[in-house]
Amino acid sequence: MLQGAQLLAAEVSTDVPSPIGLAPLVILLPLVGAAVLLLAGRRSDRWGHWLGLAASVGAFVVGVVLLVGLLGQDAEARAYDQHLFDWIPAGTLDVSAGLRVDPLSVTFVLLVTFVGSLIHLYSVAYMEHDDDRRRFFAYLNLFVAAMLVLVLADSYLLLFVGWEGVGLASYLLIGFWYRERKNAVAAKKAFIMNRVGDIGLIVALMLMLANFGGVDFATVHAQAPAASTGITTAIGLMLLLAACGKSAQVPLQAWLGDAMAGPTPVSALIHAATMVTAGVYLVVRSAPVFEAAPDAQLVVVIVGAVTLVFGAIVGSAKDDIKKALAASTMSQIGYMILAAGLGPIGYAFAIFHLVTHGFFKAGLFLGAGSVMHGMDDQVDMRRFGGLSRYMKVTFVTFGLGWLAILGVPPFSGFWSKDKIIEAAFVPVDGQEWRAWVFGTVALVGAGITAYYMSRLFFMTFTGRRRWNDGSGSLDGTGPQDGPVRHPHESPALMTAPMVVLAVGSVALGGLLAWGDTFVTWLEPVTGHAEHGEPVLPAWLLIVLTLVLVLAGIALAWRQYTVQAVPVVAPHGNALTRAARRDLYQDDVNENLVMLPGQVVTRTLVHADREVVDGAWTGLAGTLGLLGDRWRRAQTGYVRSYAATMLGGLIVIVVVALALAS
Amino acid sequence: MSTGEDVLFWVLAPLMVLAALGLLFARKAVHAAVCVVFVMISLAVMYIAQDAPFLGVVQIVVYTGAVMMLFLFVLMLVGVDASDSLVETIRGQRWIGVLLGLGLGAVLGGVVAQATFPPAVGLASPDEENPVTLARVLFGDYVFAMEVVGVLLVTAAVAALVLTHRRSLEPRVGQKETADAKVAALPSGGRLTPLPAPGVYARNNAMDTPALDASGRPIPESVSRILRIRGQERSATAILAAEHEVLADHEPTRHRDRRDDDAHPDRVTRTTDEEA
Amino acid sequence: MELTHYVVLSCILFAIGATTVLLRRNAIIVFMGVELMLNAANLAFVTFARMHGDPHGQVIAFFVMTVAAAEVVVGLAIIVAIFRTRRTASVDDANLLKN
Repeated sequence: MLQGAQLLAAEVSTDVPSPIGLAPLVILLPLVGAAVLLLAGRRSDRWGHWLGLAASVGAFVVGVVLLVGLLGQDAEARAYDQHLFDWIPAGTLDVSAGLRVDPLSVTFVLLVTFVGSLIHLYSVAYMEHDDDRRRFFAYLNLFVAAMLVLVLADSYLLLFVGWEGVGLASYLLIGFWYRERKNAVAAKKAFIMNRVGDIGLIVALMLMLANFGGVDFATVHAQAPAASTGITTAIGLMLLLAACGKSAQVPLQAWLGDAMAGPTPVSALIHAATMVTAGVYLVVRSAPVFEAAPDAQLVVVIVGAVTLVFGAIVGSAKDDIKKALAASTMSQIGYMILAAGLGPIGYAFAIFHLVTHGFFKAGLFLGAGSVMHGMDDQVDMRRFGGLSRYMKVTFVTFGLGWLAILGVPPFSGFWSKDKIIEAAFVPVDGQEWRAWVFGTVALVGAGITAYYMSRLFFMTFTGRRRWNDGSGSLDGTGPQDGPVRHPHESPALMTAPMVVLAVGSVALGGLLAWGDTFVTWLEPVTGHAEHGEPVLPAWLLIVLTLVLVLAGIALAWRQYTVQAVPVVAPHGNALTRAARRDLYQDDVNENLVMLPGQVVTRTLVHADREVVDGAWTGLAGTLGLLGDRWRRAQTGYVRSYAATMLGGLIVIVVVALALAS
Repeated sequence: MSTGEDVLFWVLAPLMVLAALGLLFARKAVHAAVCVVFVMISLAVMYIAQDAPFLGVVQIVVYTGAVMMLFLFVLMLVGVDASDSLVETIRGQRWIGVLLGLGLGAVLGGVVAQATFPPAVGLASPDEENPVTLARVLFGDYVFAMEVVGVLLVTAAVAALVLTHRRSLEPRVGQKETADAKVAALPSGGRLTPLPAPGVYARNNAMDTPALDASGRPIPESVSRILRIRGQERSATAILAAEHEVLADHEPTRHRDRRDDDAHPDRVTRTTDEEA
Repeated sequence: MELTHYVVLSCILFAIGATTVLLRRNAIIVFMGVELMLNAANLAFVTFARMHGDPHGQVIAFFVMTVAAAEVVVGLAIIVAIFRTRRTASVDDANLLKN
């Protein structure tokens, strides 16, 4: 049952005041934008990107209006369910479509639209030489609309619609350059693994419907505390499965690395800042369900902890800059999931970290895109080096994002991540072992994060250049083989969003943490959590974190700046090699799931063809065979026919006699 | 029913069975036909013995006299000499045939043997003759059937005509065509007029003596071609010489008148000269 | 005198006629077998007519005779026609309905 938390502080009201009634517009603007761009086709190629940008910015403006509207209400009254239309009036299942406007959803709306608009702007320049730029913007708008449906839905079913929508948009965007086979394969992989997670959400919906009689938040969250633990645990685990699929947590994490096949703005928007955070949103939104299922919460925490370490280890061995950032995303979301599993003390920090992570990770990805742009789409960091001189703006913004993700004070990551580590050290339900185990994991994870992010930063921007500058100099300052690179700074349309995001990376954390603004802001949703005492004092935790971070930086500095980075990856020890292969995640998936699945399908197909069809064709064949045999009775000879007739006559006479007597 | 009839039956029945078996086993079709004729005549006798004299006569006249003769005529057309080989070609047909035949006989015989028949009434009636009784029934109860049977017979006759009709494959050669052909054959030694009837120009009855035409010349065609080829044709001189010899031998004592002088051998010589 | 004897004789003749149809190949002999069967039936009819004192039996026998005559006419005409085209009078050669 509930531990140390109160129920929702806000009563959800269906009486919607006027600025908040604009919520549907948030979804409609990008949706209409996507529709126009897709239907107009090539005609809109010249101005399509501006329309997409305008739709995204418009949604942001409406989001700000919603924020202002909410701020104008009292804290207790900041939760509104706006009914849109009757959707599925089917007897017991009576679902209506509506929007839930409360601090949590508005936070997400602002994050998605703001970061989304910046990335739209970035894409105008990044995709300038691509003929399909208009289609790209159509898909981006589609994604934004679907994500907004997801976060604004007032029922799990409508959330599922948005859930599927972002999955679709992700598929379309990962495979944007579909003519390359590997891009299409990556898109398919992402979609299918998402699908596996969706099974969880569907089963959860079924369980909710069967046990609670409804799937909207109001109904479910009202009845969850009173339901049996078995039901709530089941629902919780199913929701967790869905979250794992969408947020690339273990065991459904294998698609995120391959998803980097899409254009970099896609990686920045979808696979760093927004879509992958939908899982965290789901868990936090379903807080009443998880509150009623402590076992499910424990599983959530375990999943978060495992993924956190998994992503960190994999990220330390990746030489592809985007894949390293993807592993980092996986790890950071692990932090968020871990926090969300801790209960009321963690919800707010999970969302806080989500917001700050959205800024700095998007900034890091855009920076990586800028580096790739300058290095002719090269992604191998072993071919970078010393780029700080050539791409100053990128270097600075990337560096600020780097410091933020490390959690160095006073940058924004420090405020959110350290709070998570602190919350991890708080014993839940009085169980100290949990505090020690998960707290230590989170702490050590921070150290590894520092190491691999610093590695990434140093390999790219510092040290000697490991690329051919075409100068032909033989002074040993760099290799003279390979294609000639001319690294240069990116155009303004690309650097401007990076600057904005860097500012956010620096300041946003401090701003929101000042006076616990953010936590208080989220209280109508998460409930007021009592402050628990961590097993180690808070200041000690901060110090330990910083020590580990500095150790990580130092190690990376020594290895990648002081020492020369080999251009060809060295063989490495077993762990490095395993990490390069993503800790064999693909092999595990293939052998555990794919091969048995193929065996099953092949068996079924074989059974269908041989047994079922075989029975029918066998029957037909038998009939044919019999017919062929009996055909020989038609000898054509009159005399054999006469014999047959006579025989029949005798039989008839005998039968008649037998009957008569 | 009477002993006479008994004797008749027991004499005829085995013979009939034997004849029927003869039909079964005869190699030549004509033998089989004769066996069947025997069976039918025996049957006619039996009919007469069973108070059916009309039927018995009809059996002989129609069945034996017409139908079986028809069979024999067709046999003649088809090939009197043709004899069936008794080797069976369809596999197992012999055994099936024998089996079924015996089976049929057994079944039918069994049926009859165990059936109880009422005592025979007999059809001999002192009031009217058998044909009259039959006629009453035939033209009374069965008049419609009889008419139909009449139509059937007509149809059968027409059918036989139609079935055996042979289409002529060449155009019909009529009088005009024959005359034209004769005229066309004239240059190559054909004759226009038909040959004279035999004996018109004959001088005597012998086959090897040629006839003389109106101008006294012998006609080669009047002697058989074979004799001509063999060179056995007699010349007219030889004929007259022979005649003369015979006449001289048997010359009667009578006055020689001028007509006898006319029969001078010089005349003949003259003829011979002309002949030469 | 048991009239049954006549009927039994009729059965025997009928069976022999049937066997002839099955076993002989010459079409005309087969036909004669059929005639034998018809005659056997006629004998049976006449016997039963005598047995029941009913002339209808004889009338039927008469009809049988007539129909048999018509049948023979047509049948022989067919045999002649077949013989003309195929130069054979074997029933086995008319086996175009084989299989």
